Amino acid sequence: MNGADAVAKCLELQGVKTVYGYPGVAICPVYDSILKTDIHTVLVRSEANAAHAASGMARISGEPGVCICTSGPGATNLITGIATAYADSIPLVCITGQVNSDLIGGDVFQEADITGAAESFVKYSYLVRKVSDIPRIFREAFHIASTGRRGPVLIDIPADIQAQEVRKFVWPEEVALRTYKPTFRGNPMQIRKVVKALEECHKPILYTGGGVHLCGAADLVRQFSEKHQIPVVSTMMGIGTMPSRHELYMGMAGNNGNLAANLAIKDADLVILVGARLADRAVNQPEKMLAGKVLVHIDVDPAEIGKNAKCDLPIVGDAKAIFEDLILEEIQMNDMSEWTGRLREVRQKKSRRVTPEQFTDPAYFVNTLSTAMDENSVYVADVGQNQIWSCANVVMRSGRFLTSGGMGTMGYALPAAIGAKMADRNRQVVSVSGDGGFQMAMMELATMNQEGVDLKIVVLNNSALGMVREYQHFSCENRFTMVDLRGGPDYEQLAKAYGIGYLNISSNEEVEETIKTFLSSKGSVLLEVIVDEDGVVRKAGGLK
Amino acid sequence: MKRIFSVLVENRSGVLSKVSGLFARRSFNIESLAVGETNDPEVSCMTIVSSGSAQTMEQIEKQLNKKLDVIKIKSFENWQSVTRELILIKVRYNKSNREEILSICTLAGAQVVDAGKRSMMIQLCDTPEKVQMMLDLLAGISIVEVARTGTLALQRCVDTEK
Repeated sequence: MNGADAVAKCLELQGVKTVYGYPGVAICPVYDSILKTDIHTVLVRSEANAAHAASGMARISGEPGVCICTSGPGATNLITGIATAYADSIPLVCITGQVNSDLIGGDVFQEADITGAAESFVKYSYLVRKVSDIPRIFREAFHIASTGRRGPVLIDIPADIQAQEVRKFVWPEEVALRTYKPTFRGNPMQIRKVVKALEECHKPILYTGGGVHLCGAADLVRQFSEKHQIPVVSTMMGIGTMPSRHELYMGMAGNNGNLAANLAIKDADLVILVGARLADRAVNQPEKMLAGKVLVHIDVDPAEIGKNAKCDLPIVGDAKAIFEDLILEEIQMNDMSEWTGRLREVRQKKSRRVTPEQFTDPAYFVNTLSTAMDENSVYVADVGQNQIWSCANVVMRSGRFLTSGGMGTMGYALPAAIGAKMADRNRQVVSVSGDGGFQMAMMELATMNQEGVDLKIVVLNNSALGMVREYQHFSCENRFTMVDLRGGPDYEQLAKAYGIGYLNISSNEEVEETIKTFLSSKGSVLLEVIVDEDGVVRKAGGLK
Repeated sequence: MKRIFSVLVENRSGVLSKVSGLFARRSFNIESLAVGETNDPEVSCMTIVSSGSAQTMEQIEKQLNKKLDVIKIKSFENWQSVTRELILIKVRYNKSNREEILSICTLAGAQVVDAGKRSMMIQLCDTPEKVQMMLDLLAGISIVEVARTGTLALQRCVDTEK
């Protein structure tokens, strides 16, 4: 057994079924060893997409996603994917090949200091120096990635270490890390204080972020909300905590959020923030927004508490564990029916919008699409105007909404959708991109075909980088620059080139029928939706 | 506000860069940094002096705690600790100022640890304030070279015995 065999064995012992990656000489031994196992390897077309696909898989399976790339440019290409996962706390184990140990530092062919370069985007990183360390390092890496605040862990393995003989493979039964003991259960004293705060308040809300999905607490949070009739608002990453049409769900809050959600936060006297970090796009000026309210902050990462807003009542721990405790508490709530009733009224107001006849209204499209999708389907949104249309108008039931929220990485949707579908082939997965983001990832149509992955792909085509164009409209007096995408491609020809179906929509009348055909088609289909380049997302509001 | 962080870290390669990188990436200020092995060869102690708002000081401690190579952090203020810096100063001298230099040394409690025909080396180990005072006193003298450690600090015994 050599180092590469040990790596493959570690992956097997961790129960890894699929790895995404791109080979090169410095990582060939590992792929050679994986060949002897049952682990399925997926060759992506660009390294960052290996991390995105692994991220999509991790978010659906709940297990760390794995990607394996080569040294130098392979590793540096992977960085955007790692940073994207880090910003959304997605558990990944990223493995890179490295040049021979004795050549490190010599600036030799395809050498990059990847552990150094990725330091601020990883939860932890290893440069393997001894072949005998491999089992311990892999055991630790999977543990670190998938516990506490989830995140990517990088393991850089020099080629000579992969080739070295392993005298004795010792798989550690337990992880012994003296510096890493994330808090799991919430402090009972703090939980008692939250109960008291709930009994004293008149307008409480639950404000949920991506952390709720990461630890699988969504069901419990919903039950808690229903038990005590507490309204829920979410961040973009928290979408799906509640079904969109739930009478206690007030929608997504923030700059691009719903009126009812923002009103709920404004009016509330107690805000229970769960697994969210109050980043700038969610709450513009947290201090101002939360003045005069009691803020309870539940987060597994103590550094998030008090970082962006002053917190009155911190609870550090796993949100699922904390709500398991909270739901058992008997709480005498004040009557809040008048307040929640008023919020519900605002929530039900429909905004009117006018779209030029020759275009499709993206809000109406997203609303109709997500309503027609399977109940437990996965909606993967890219980045840009399409993302804002999506999160403001998507109708969620028991499905999932995936997007790159923290980093806002264009081109995330297609590879992440491939990973999500491969995590659960029985679920319907729809990828929604703009024409800009799609062109950053469309090479992955080949990966999709090769893996026999059935995806429904939407491209909202306005022949422009809509989000930047909108910014230039509002902030640069229409001095449009660097936003024109009229160079093609012809999406019908593109779909044909990849041997997948093609449909298009260019007006609202076609939306319902075409979506029906789109979703019921066998195999992958690309649906091109022609939207107005002058369309703006500002005050998107939502159609619900 | 100024705060001293006494950080025990795993004595491994790359840890110093991870810790200093964290300060750079989050725009935390480093006023001084001193690193050395402890009695346990697997553990190093980093003494970091930083300044900023109370919220920033809290974030420094929390973000440091997230680094997996960090074992333990103690943070305290100047008055809660004994602080020391070591400075070596090489000055040029001549007959006319030799006595003045020596009297400054006596005043500050510094020692002359090496001397040549035209230059001498002065050593002082004291609090950061005294070390600064020494440099100020020597302002009129021709200083050739200076080597100064960062601040070392340990919490006062009475506080840690509690």
